[in-house]
This record gives sequence, structure tokens and C-alpha cells, in this order.
Amino acid sequence: MKADPHGVLTGTHFMDGDHACCEGALAAGARFASGYPITPSTEVVERFAQRVPTVGGSFIQMEDELAASITLQGAVWGGAKAFTVTSGPGFSLMMEHIGYAAMTETPCVFVDVQRGGPSTGLPTLPAQSDMMQARWGSHGDYEIIALCPNSPQECFDLTIKAFNLAEEFRVPVMFMMDEVVGHMTEKVVIPPADEIEVTPRKHTRKSVDEFLPYATNGDQVPEMAHAGEGYRFHVTGLTHDERGYPNMTPATQQKLVNRLLSKVRNAADRIALYEEEATADADVVVVSYGITSRVAQRAIDMARDRGLKVGKLRLITVWPFPENKIRALAARTKAFVVPELNLGQMVREVERASGGKARTIHVPHAGGSVHRPEDILAAIQEAVR
Amino acid sequence: MSTLISPVINPVEPFLRDDRMPHIWCPGCGIGTTVNCFARALIESKIDLNSLAIVSGIGCTGRVAGYVKLDSFHTTHGRAIPFATGLKLANPKLNVVVYSGDGDLSAIGGNHLIHAARRNIDLKVICVNNLIYAMTGGQTAPTTPDHAITSTSPYGTFEPAFNLPHLVEASGAVYVARWTTFHVRQLARSISEAFQKKGFSFIEVISPCPTLYQRRNKLGDGLDTMKYYKEKSKTKNGAPTSEVGLTMSGEIIVGKFVDRDRPDYSELLKAQMQASLGDRYVDYETCATEYGDGGCAEDSCH
Repeated sequence: MKADPHGVLTGTHFMDGDHACCEGALAAGARFASGYPITPSTEVVERFAQRVPTVGGSFIQMEDELAASITLQGAVWGGAKAFTVTSGPGFSLMMEHIGYAAMTETPCVFVDVQRGGPSTGLPTLPAQSDMMQARWGSHGDYEIIALCPNSPQECFDLTIKAFNLAEEFRVPVMFMMDEVVGHMTEKVVIPPADEIEVTPRKHTRKSVDEFLPYATNGDQVPEMAHAGEGYRFHVTGLTHDERGYPNMTPATQQKLVNRLLSKVRNAADRIALYEEEATADADVVVVSYGITSRVAQRAIDMARDRGLKVGKLRLITVWPFPENKIRALAARTKAFVVPELNLGQMVREVERASGGKARTIHVPHAGGSVHRPEDILAAIQEAVR
Repeated sequence: MSTLISPVINPVEPFLRDDRMPHIWCPGCGIGTTVNCFARALIESKIDLNSLAIVSGIGCTGRVAGYVKLDSFHTTHGRAIPFATGLKLANPKLNVVVYSGDGDLSAIGGNHLIHAARRNIDLKVICVNNLIYAMTGGQTAPTTPDHAITSTSPYGTFEPAFNLPHLVEASGAVYVARWTTFHVRQLARSISEAFQKKGFSFIEVISPCPTLYQRRNKLGDGLDTMKYYKEKSKTKNGAPTSEVGLTMSGEIIVGKFVDRDRPDYSELLKAQMQASLGDRYVDYETCATEYGDGGCAEDSCH
């Protein structure tokens, strides 16, 4: 369906990534956010707090990130599209509730504007060091989806995408920004509402007597009801059966957890968004994401000026990891160069997916600034040597 | 041969998920008694059950949400109140009850308890206080009275305990009462009264844990505890909450301690937004998303 025009600030704007993310959420239909202040993410909810009372909705600043990350889930079960926004230490505190959202299949969005860590680290400076935490941070087996924008425009466009994927798969979607993308100001074009596709909630049409909250009808994603509609259903973080009732047996656990994984894994190729360029005859493919992809672009241009055959693969969907794409490229390229603002996270996935068919060269950076293009260029040159 | 006996329907039955019985609570546990009182309060207050949601945390009392035939949410440890806050704000028409234990609400969830009371969010909190962590085997809680033996205080507790009515009154609750599981009529009446209040209401129910608290402290069984509640409870409506702290075998002050009015979160929100934004403020009845052509069976949710 089309976006509700009330939330859409149609026009051409000069806007930073944090604000663009907020506008994306409003355009996607988010009418509730709960947050806790943390640099460099706070601007997202500051803008939401300013905007949402004029659109019809609510923002609440909670007492901590533990609260913020579950308050939004209460709002989702009350009928809202909802999200929270945080950074490093706050993201760590939210992990239990990412697991709760995965287990209870609560569609919602967690925005993480990444900064340097561990611990308090570099509050005002960039990193991409929460990438593995986004995937694995909560206990137990589960799947999430994570998207990684590299510009304010994408902060707008992909936030809408994040909400749409959350609704389609009933999973928490991680929106993995970083300090530079969050604070970078660029042109952001917000289209008219009737050009914005939003995915409605997968709300049941079944009668009260027919409805089973966790029954699936072939497509692995159950239909949802909201509190107050008369269904009188139960939701629990315990292992549960189709009625939503606790059922702590190995058989129920296996059935439930396998479904939580496979509903995302089976759709991985469809979820995979990436930007690919000149990989057909490339000797080396630079695999990057987020802000690092923009530095990588400079390095790629420099390498091409030197006559090197360099392809580009920019990951937009980082989880589920687009391993089929990497596997296909590994069969026809000599090496991957993987720059990222951490000391080795997504590079492990590239290495795993390439299965030894192509060399993988990491260009690490502990965070605090972006890479120097020369460092990525040096890795490209090493790769083709 | 069979004899037809017309079944005597317990008035509470329609409120329970009978397909979830038997429940997990031990013989002599007081939680079931509180659920009975809760159901009777719902009957008495004629609340529309389809507009009522119940939210629990983790623990023995945390299981209440699973047994009552309402929209029910069994959340994470300590976080029933923030979940309930989101539910209430997204759909202000809902009556939202938080039903959980002393450890869940006042230890791991203590921060949310005081902030929800401060905000005066319109939630009805029923706190079953069995003075111990029961689900995990009888560890010390912030409510465990002085010198009691627990599995993590094998030589006796020495940390001062929370006086929960005092804590929530100081934080801003508009309705604060305490009863024991002996005081079933008073408890049911208090729950009914809380439904008439707008704002943060807190009802503490002192409840036995014969398996882990009473047994370890040689306080007898469930029946002995009822006798203790009967003999040592003293009703003092309006008692200063600073004077209602509990000891292991002393007097239990029960009653309605606080019943006051102040604007709740939603009223304050609307007033502030209207004052600042005037006509630009869009008062919302619900934050609910539209469903496109998917639709929902109930007209009321459009």
C-alpha cells in the first residue's frame, strides 16, 4: 500500500543522515518511538519528538535502553509501527529485547548509529564494529535482517525498507548506520506519498474462534492480531506452540526455532540488496558497506586510473549475509578486498562464503575516522600482484 | 451407571484458559488466590474484557498472564512495566494491568517501577510479594525481611528490605494498597477501585511461598501462614507508608494507604502539546498502523 501522506515530508532537503532516518520512519508509518539519549544517534529521536505530535503519534524518552527496547514492542502489539534508536553501549543493553522480538515475532526496527568501542569507546567518532553483534548479540538461535546505508538519502530510503522487511517477515530489523553517515548532511529527496510503497502489518482476517497466533499457512510468517481487538491471545518469550502457549519440549523448540531461522534464510536472496559494478572481468572485487563504501569508491577509481581491473560490490543488506552472491563472484575473481571500520567482522563472512576460491584481503581500521583511500588502494594492488 | 450432577460453575472459570491447566504453582502458594480475586474484581467492575490487556514479567507470578483469558503478554525479566507503557501509549483505550512478582518489579525492574509511578502512566500494577525469588529456588529478594534464610543468604539476610508502598508513593503513584492473600474480599475490592482510578496504581499482595520461604524459615505451611496473616495483620487505611515496612514475623499493616488524584501521563502530554503546538497538534486515538487491503476482522480496529 502507499504511504500515509501525513508522515511524508515531500520535497528536496539538505538533511543529515540521522534526520533522514527519522523522516524515513515517519514515511514508513512509524507513529511510536521509545528512546534513550546516546551520541551519535540522538538526533533521530529528537526530530521524531518534534515531528510526531503533528502527525498523530507518540514519542517517549525512557529511563534506559532496556526500557526503550521493550516499550516499542508493547506499542507494536498495541497496533503501532515502532522503532528505537541507539548506539554502541545502548545497543549492548538492547540485546535481550532483540531476542524477545525475534522469539515473539514482533515487527520493529532497531537503529544503531555505530561509534567506536568497546565500552564507552569513541562516543562522537565512527566505527562499524557492531556488525557481528547485530547478528549474534542476543542468546540462542535466531535470524534478523540488517541494512547498511551509506548516505543521508539512503538513510531515508532504506529506513522505509527496514520497516517493510520487518512487517513482511515479522522480525526485528537492524538499521546499521555509523557516526559519519548519521552526521553527514547531503541532499535528500523525499518523494510524494503515493510513490512510497509501505508494507502493511500482516494482520489476520480470521475470526476470533479461528485465529491461532503462531500458526503459519505455508509461508512461515504467522498472521498477527493486536491487543484490544477481541482475540485474547497470548504472547511469550518462552518456547511456544501455535496457540502461543508455553510448550517447553525439544520437539516444539525444534519446530519453532527452525521456522524463525528458515523464514529469513529461505528468502535471503530476495532480501539481498547490493550495488554491483564491473565485476564481470574484475581481477579483484572490493566488498564494502556503509560509509566505508564511499572511501572504497575513491580507492577503486584510483586503481582504475592505474589500469587495474577492479570490481565493486557494496553490501546494502548485510544480514542475512548475501553468501550466494559472494560465492558466485569467488568463482571468477582472484581476490576480494574488504575494508571495514573494525578489526575483522564482515570479512570473515566473505572468507567463509568464498570457500577458498578467491583470496580475501582485509583492510582493518579500529575506528575513530574513515580509512585513507591509499590504504585500500594498497590492498587492491597487493591483491592483483 | 452414572449420576448426572449439574456442574457448579466457578464464576472465575470464564476468565481462565482451562486448556492451560493444571498450573505450575505449588500447593499452598498464594498466587492462585490473587488471580481469583483479580477475576472477581473484573466481574465486579464490569470491565470490557476485550479492552483489557495483562502484562507479566518473569517468575512464578510472571506466569499469571499465561493463565488468564485476556490479551496477555509474558515479557522479559523486569520489563513488564515498560512493555505495558508502550502498549498503553499506542492504544490509550486499553486497560492495561501489570501482574508480576516482587523480585521482577522491584529488583531487576525497580528502575521502571519508580519511573512509571513518576510519569503516572495509567497502569494497574498488582505485585504479588512472596518475599523471595521462588521460580529460581528461593534466593534473597529486595523484599526479603531481616534475618530470613534464603538459598543465597544461608546465614540470614542482613540487607534492609524495600518497603514497596513507601517507594511507589514517594515516586508518585495515585493509588497504593496492601493486602495479604487472607484478605480476599479487600483485595478484590482494591483491584476494582484501581480500575476506577486514572494513573499509576499499585497493589501489593503479601503471599506465601511455603516451598521456599516458609519451609526454610520454619514458618510452617500454607495454612500456618494464613493463620499468621489473620492474627498479625492490622488494617490501617491511610497509614503513613513510611510506617508499613515488613518484618519476618511481626505485624503486617494492610489497607488502602494512598488514594489521590493527579493528572496522568496522557493528560499531561495532551495539555503540553496543545499549549505548545495549538492546532498543529494531532491528538491521536491510536498509533495503530493501517492494514491496507489486508483488513482485520473487527470493525473497531479501523
